[in-house]
Amino acid sequence: MSLLRTEGLTKHFGDTRAVDGVDFRVNEGEFLSLVGTNGAGKTTLVNLISAFLFPDSGRIFIGERDITYSPVDDRIRAGIARSFQLVNLFDELTVLDNVALAIFAREGKTKRIFALAERDVAVTAEALDLLAQFGLGAKAQALAGGLAQGERKLLDVAVAYALRPKLLFLDEPTSGVSTRDKAQIMDTVSAVVRGGKITAVVIEHDMDVVFKYSDRVVVMHEGRFLADGPPEEIRRNQDVATYLLGTDVAA
Amino acid sequence: MIPPQALSTGGRATIAGVVFIVLLLVPAFAGTYQTQLLTYGLTLAIAALGFNLLLGYSGLLSFGHSAFLGAGAYAVAFMMRYLDISSMELFLLGGVAFSAVVAALFGVICVRHTRIFFAILTLALSQVLWTLAYKFFWITGGTDGIRVPFAKVTLLGGLVSFPGADAFPKFITSYYYYVLVVFAVCAVLMWLIVHSPFGKTLQAIRDNETRARFLGVRIWRYRWLAFLVSGIFTGLAGALWVPLNGLVTPDVLYWPQSGKIVFFAVLGGFRNFSGPIVGAVVFNYLEVYAVALTEYWQLTLGVILIVLVTFLPAGIVGTAMRLTARLKPRQAVSS
Repeated sequence: MSLLRTEGLTKHFGDTRAVDGVDFRVNEGEFLSLVGTNGAGKTTLVNLISAFLFPDSGRIFIGERDITYSPVDDRIRAGIARSFQLVNLFDELTVLDNVALAIFAREGKTKRIFALAERDVAVTAEALDLLAQFGLGAKAQALAGGLAQGERKLLDVAVAYALRPKLLFLDEPTSGVSTRDKAQIMDTVSAVVRGGKITAVVIEHDMDVVFKYSDRVVVMHEGRFLADGPPEEIRRNQDVATYLLGTDVAA
Repeated sequence: MIPPQALSTGGRATIAGVVFIVLLLVPAFAGTYQTQLLTYGLTLAIAALGFNLLLGYSGLLSFGHSAFLGAGAYAVAFMMRYLDISSMELFLLGGVAFSAVVAALFGVICVRHTRIFFAILTLALSQVLWTLAYKFFWITGGTDGIRVPFAKVTLLGGLVSFPGADAFPKFITSYYYYVLVVFAVCAVLMWLIVHSPFGKTLQAIRDNETRARFLGVRIWRYRWLAFLVSGIFTGLAGALWVPLNGLVTPDVLYWPQSGKIVFFAVLGGFRNFSGPIVGAVVFNYLEVYAVALTEYWQLTLGVILIVLVTFLPAGIVGTAMRLTARLKPRQAVSS
């Protein structure tokens, strides 16, 4: 069943067709990878769906609801959350506060003005549990700004995950980390997301990661979809090999 | 950046309790003049608390907080002059209400902007209020202002009054305790606010507006509410200040007054809760003694500000907390 779909989604920046009439579909429960070379339009597509940008034309639906021009908070209520390519955290708050804040936001408690945040036992417990799932339990009281890059990437995902979205977009969750950390991050993220039965769309460059963790792979090239299918099919696709991997399938 | 574990919550509460007890004892040991000075300091500290909700916790630098201080002060003066009210409790309600209206209106205009644009807008709007107070002299008394004599003020619903010309020392002592209690209530309220989910949300917006937006937070609503609360605290300070000063003139609305409030925060340190409180009290003493010592007192204060920004950017309390945090591991190692 389709959780999200776009129809003819288009975004141009001057002469650059960042996203060019894209019909995109995300099925409920899948772990989908969105791949492509730099400038292929992956992040722009996610930006359009998450209301970071608005399209020139086309429509976006979550279920049957048209959310093309809904503001960010409305899309979050509709069940869309995202992490960022460049880690976006509240650096001067603790790791626990970063996640707790997402939970407060989800539960509409952020306007509570005369109640101590730390006294909300349910929120604190949920935040600590979530941090433990992401392997950050020991860092709960550390400032987010003091974490290592791999931990920051995980916390970035954890903050988005704490919103309990139906659909989670992860923009390059392993960029800028070592090969060893990459595997650890993806193992953790994949386990938590699949365990939480959350549909995920991951933008990723590392094809080993893509083929290992994805149920389906969508390849973008110059603002359009080049290929769409299960990892094995994408691995054998000649166009993908030519444009994305710079190799020949036969080779 | 101050590590959150520099001082535990229990440690802070103990320090606050000790300070409060010391403050309770001040009139018994200090003379009327020193008590009066400290009353001024505590009044300004309430304004600083309000101001720092914007600067320290929301990342918004207001150069227009004189507007709220003046709104609170003029509300009291109007109530005394035109409604013949003498109850301090009603003055406080009036001051809070008037400053809330001003803050609500100014906030709608200002909080959609940040950085220099926010600062300039707050400055400009406060100067509009200053001009109104200056030009509408038949209401405000113009440069002569409006007198608010302490002898006409009653405390605790009329239970405490100050008739007679020699009642000033009694007024100062009584008013000191009155201000101290209001200050303590304000400090506790502000502590709750900055540690509430709302306060954490403000800090999140300050740290990373984009991420806060992608948690579903409607940024301007939170900033507006912070602006409103900040204005109310500062207005309350204005209402408390005016019986002590005995007179309100347009000077209280003029931009140097806003500059002083910024100075409180920088002097004490705006990245911690108690910094602006300490800054307000210390600034009050600095100003009084600098004026008494030299006619170049403004130059003296300017030099102090430059030295502070250059060598102690974390302010008095911020620097003290950093030193404490540095000493802690050493003590642990040596023990």
